[in-house]
Formats: sequence, C-alpha cells, structure tokens
Amino acid sequence: MNFSIYDFTSFNQWIDQFLRAHMPGFWAVAIEMTIIGLAILLFYALVGLFLVYAERKVCAFMQNRVGPNRVGPYGFFQTIADFVKLMLKELIHIKNADQLLFNLAPFIIIIASFMAIAAIPFAKGLHAIDFDIGILYVIAVSSLGVVGILLAGWSSNNKYSLIGAMRSGAQIISYELSVGLSLVTIVILAGTMQFSQIVEGQANGWFIFKGHIPAFIAFIIFLISSTAETNRGPFDLAEAESELTAGFHTEYSGIKFAFFFLAEYMNMFIVASIAATVFLGGWMPFHMGGWAGFNHIMDFIPPFVWYIGKTFFVIWIMMWFKWTFPRLRIDQLLTLEWKYLLPINLVNILIMAFVVLMGWHF
Amino acid sequence: MKEVINLPVKNIEEEEYHINMGPQHPSTHGVLRLVVSLQGEIVKNLKPHCGYIHRGIEKMCEKDTYPQIIHLTDRMDYLSAHINNHAVCLLVEKALEVDVPERVKYIRTIVDELNRIASHQLWWCSFGMDMGGLTCYFYGLRDREHILDIFEESFGSRLLHSYYTPGGLMMDIHPNFQKSVKDFIKYFRRKIKDYDDILTGNIIMQERTKGIGILSKEDAISYGVTGPSGRASGFACDVRKHHPYGVYDKADFQEILGTEGDTFTRYMMRMHEMRESMKIIEQLIDNIPAGDYSAKMKAVIKLPAGEYYQRVEASRGELGVYCISDGNKTPYRMKFRSPNFSNLSALDHMSRGVKIADLVAIGGSLDYVIPDIDR
Repeated sequence: MNFSIYDFTSFNQWIDQFLRAHMPGFWAVAIEMTIIGLAILLFYALVGLFLVYAERKVCAFMQNRVGPNRVGPYGFFQTIADFVKLMLKELIHIKNADQLLFNLAPFIIIIASFMAIAAIPFAKGLHAIDFDIGILYVIAVSSLGVVGILLAGWSSNNKYSLIGAMRSGAQIISYELSVGLSLVTIVILAGTMQFSQIVEGQANGWFIFKGHIPAFIAFIIFLISSTAETNRGPFDLAEAESELTAGFHTEYSGIKFAFFFLAEYMNMFIVASIAATVFLGGWMPFHMGGWAGFNHIMDFIPPFVWYIGKTFFVIWIMMWFKWTFPRLRIDQLLTLEWKYLLPINLVNILIMAFVVLMGWHF
Repeated sequence: MKEVINLPVKNIEEEEYHINMGPQHPSTHGVLRLVVSLQGEIVKNLKPHCGYIHRGIEKMCEKDTYPQIIHLTDRMDYLSAHINNHAVCLLVEKALEVDVPERVKYIRTIVDELNRIASHQLWWCSFGMDMGGLTCYFYGLRDREHILDIFEESFGSRLLHSYYTPGGLMMDIHPNFQKSVKDFIKYFRRKIKDYDDILTGNIIMQERTKGIGILSKEDAISYGVTGPSGRASGFACDVRKHHPYGVYDKADFQEILGTEGDTFTRYMMRMHEMRESMKIIEQLIDNIPAGDYSAKMKAVIKLPAGEYYQRVEASRGELGVYCISDGNKTPYRMKFRSPNFSNLSALDHMSRGVKIADLVAIGGSLDYVIPDIDR
C-alpha cells in the first residue's frame, strides 16, 4: 500500500478494504458516503469563504484599495467574522410573504450548487461520483438553481425582487443553451461525457490547444455564458443593485442571505472548475510534446495544485470582468445570446465536427 | 335577488404597476422619491416627489444677513459650493456697486473651475456606478481627493468652504496654491485618459446610452434644462460665455454643444467640460495679479431697496439668485433658481418608454443633487 499525492486511487481502495474487513458491506458504504459528504461540505464552506475573501482582495486591487486587512494576517479571517455575524443576525419576518417558498428558496439554490460539485474531479481518484454522463449531469443540476431564484423573487412579495427573478429566469434559460452547446463542442472532440475520461484525454495536450480554433471559440463562449449563468457582473441583472436595490434577495436577511451569497460564489467556483476540467485539462499537468525534462518537472507539481491553479485562473478572469465592465440591459443581454452567441456556437459545433472528422486536431 | 356587478376586466399584460424608487434607493443619489409606473420593465411615466430634504433655506435667508446667507448656499448644491457662494457674492456686489479687486476675480474663477472639475469627477463616479461599473467610483474619488486637498490647504475645509465673502475672499490663497493646482492639472490630464478607457470607450456603456433618453432642443428650452444636460441638446446656455462674470471673458474656452441630446451626449458634454475647465485654469493660474484679497466693505451690509438677479454657471446648470431688498440688513425675499429642479422636471419626458435600467442611466446623466432640488 502506497499513498501518493499524485494518485488517490490506492488511498480510496485502502479505506474501502479497511472498512469492508471490519463491518458488513452496507455499513461500509454508509460510512464512506458520510465521509465523502462531510468532506465535500467542508470543502464547500472553505472554498466559499476563501472566494469571498479573494473577491474582496481582487476588487480592492482593481480599485486602488487595500481591501480587508484588519482581522487576522492580511484580513484573512474577515470573511469568517462576517459569516459569524450573518449567522447571529435576526431573520426578519416578511409580512404577506409565502413563508414556505420564501424559506425553501435559499436551500434549493445551495443544494443545486452542492450537487454539481459532486461530479467534479479534483485530482486523480479524488472524485465523488464519476458519472458516464458527467457533463450532462452538471448542466442539468446547475440549472436547477434558477428555480430557487424564481421562488425567492416570487415569494418575497416585493416588486424589485419579482423583476429581478423574472430577469434571472429569462437570462439563465437563454444562457443555458450556450453553456451546453460550448461543452458539446468539446464532447465531440473528446468523444466522451465522462469527466475522468475527458481529463485522461488531455494527457498529451489540453483540449483548448488540441482543438485549436473551434475549442478556443468554445472556451470564450463558455466564459461569457457561464458568467451570465452565475448572475455575475456584467450580467448581474438579477441583482442590479443600482436599479433593483438587491434584486431577488432584497428581502432576505441573516443566514438566508448568506446562503445566496455563498451559492453565488460556489456557482462561480463550479463553472470555473468545469472550464478548467473541460478546456484546460483539469488536474492534468501542462505538457509539451517532446520536452521530456520539462514534462517531468511539470509532473512533479501535484494534480490538485494544477486543478486549483487553473480554476482560480478562470475565477480571476471572471472577477476581472465584473470589476471592469458596466452592466448590460436585459434586452441587450438576450440579444447577445440569441443573435450572436447561439449562431456562433452552432457554426462552431459544425467546424469542430469537421475538424474531428478530418483529423485536423493535434 | 342579488345585483350582478360587472367589473371591467383588465388585460393582465397591459396592466401597469407602480414601484417607489426611493426615498432610500441606491441610484437616486439622495432622498428623492420617484413613483414609477411600469409595464413589465418599461417605464410608462414617473412622478418625482420632492421635499424629503427640504430645509427651508429660502425662508432662512430672510432672517440672515448677507454674509450669513453665503453659508446657507453651501448646503444647496454641496458639490459646487464655491459656485453657489459666488452667485450670492456677485449679487451683493452688483447691488452695492462694489468694485472687486482683479486678484479676487482671478482666484474666484480658478476656484470655481476646480470645483466644477471636482463635481464632474464625482458625477463620473456615480454615473459609472449607476451603469454597474463599480470600479469607476474609486477612480473618480481618487482624483477628486487631490482637488479637495488643494481646497483644504487654502480654505481650511473640503466640502462646504464658504470661502467667498461679499466683496472678496475670506483669506488669501495659500502660498502653495498655484503650484498644487498646476501639479493637479498635470496629473489629471494623464488620469482623464483612464476615464475614457474604462467607461467612455466601453462598448456596453455606449450601447446602453446612445439613443436613450433623447431630449430635443425645443424641449430642453421649454423645460429649462441648462448646464451640460441642456448643451447636450444643442441649447447654448453657458452663462460663463453669454453673460460673463469673474474673468471668464479673458479666458479662451469653448462652449461645446451636442446635437443628439441623448444620455451619451450628456455624458460626453461633462467629459469635455472637465477638459475645458482645465484649459481655463491653465490660462489663469500664472496670471493672478497681486493686490488685496478683498474690497473694503462696511461691517453691516445693507442692500438698497430693490430687486436684484444674478446668475452663474453652476456645475449642473444655471443657478439664479433673485433677491428683493427693502433696505434692511436681511433680504425681504430670496429665491434660488436651482438647476437640478428644472433638470429633474424633464426626467419624466425623457424616460417614457425606456427600460428601468435606462431610467437609472438617464438619472445619472442628469446628475441631480437632491439638496439642491429641495433646498
């Protein structure tokens, strides 16, 4: 038995064998699921907290500010302090709100993002579920979040919330198409929808390099439409604080607001991980054909570090968008999707199919 | 037998609903309340409700002496405090026929233009924020800080200066004043390019503002929309050019007129105006003549009985001061024609049929300051 930070498969097998040796199979599976669930929950909370901190620092960097720097070294514990504050705050009771839906909405949003994170490969063997239709699953699950947003907007009994929710509904349903189609472009190149195989397929070159022009176009479209799908600026019309005060979560307070807040960052993390996995090789190190020494050095960096690095690179690009561009208007947003991104995407799929057919990829 | 009442059946799609934008709302820039009738996202009409920050400044003026009134005018359009002070000072000087030293005129003109730049910088910040570009806010405030530092150095305060007095200035400028202003102009000429990079040239911003909220020249004149907003519609209304005061007649600057009258033109007018203001300051800053910083004034200022009117170009438009004096040390009646009040009146006309997001952009381009509307 050998543990290695480069391959978690043997570690997983060791835990499985250990548990099965000491208890019946049913209990072993139950304990494994609990461990995985807790591990993902912990990871989820930590990443969420870190992303809030990261966004504050990045936005401070772009705006000539210092950002949080009082609580802990470099203000690192600021978000934890904020989270404690949000948990202790009063949950304001809204009159004439639909109580059941009002309370349900934050959970739907957070569950949707929680489910999506299960399918993402963090490193070799570090993978909760490896569906053979992984990409389809992630697209399906991540679009569940819109139900929560619509419910939140509808049940708040506030016109600003309702406008925000309606905008969000139109926006997410439209951009879902572009997200799906840009991933389909890569599925054609990879020949599989399973995440583990997609990553394995990029061992000798990431898909963004392998598929060259069509893959690059698909990457750009995915970046734009996934930013829109996560309701982040410049597509944050559902929140649009200068128009709708806070959009669909205007009436939420305390920990329920924190759920929306956390889910927004986790959705960003999820789409960034998908972008990193599908286009930038996931946990696969960067390899150059024929450069054996260089490839060895790259292999020395653990896969988890590669994965996190790529994900945060994509997240950084999305933050850069947000803190640079002004917001779009709702009709421009839909025009961008239906008149530009969707036709480009469809043509791009054709090009990719042609490239794969002729074997013009690397 | 029960009587059957036939209620008119409304088509739900055509039904309007109202939202209250304000008094607390992020994009009304203060305690303004707009009752907006919406059909879906489209603005049908809106009613501005003013008075949430009404302090009765005009009534208070009737109890105060003329030097005291100057302190009240600071609190109207607090972003162009110097220019408001200037209006009252000019009125008193006109009524008393005082000859103000040349040095005072130069300093007042330079400080007015600095104030105008600072005001437009803050407008640019908040306009960017209304459009959703939050980074703009910090860029603008960073540069505005330099002007406020100059003000603090010379006049002792940063926002409400009350630096002008009838007949002159409260004190002479700081020895560093000329150098700091020249440094600032040099700095800001470089930084204003950032403004263009981050907002003016942005395709999203241009798409959102071009052809939105159009105000024709005729409407601008009939609503009395002045300042950069009026000039965007082609209404030549620059008081500095047409009724010069201070030393504007000695400075070479352009009155830039727009033709479109849309939100983007209003935006560009203010960007041009910042550059024109810098041009004026550059021409005057080295030529401040030596002399007294105030004319000789009596301890108690009493205006001869009569009616007086004085107008100046504040950073949002034409500020008029109308005063009736009965010969006492306090005015009988004081009336301010504030630019924001007239500009706000055109908001309903401009924003019919646009989306709610455009309403925010149009409001941002009008650049209203609520304490000036309510007074």
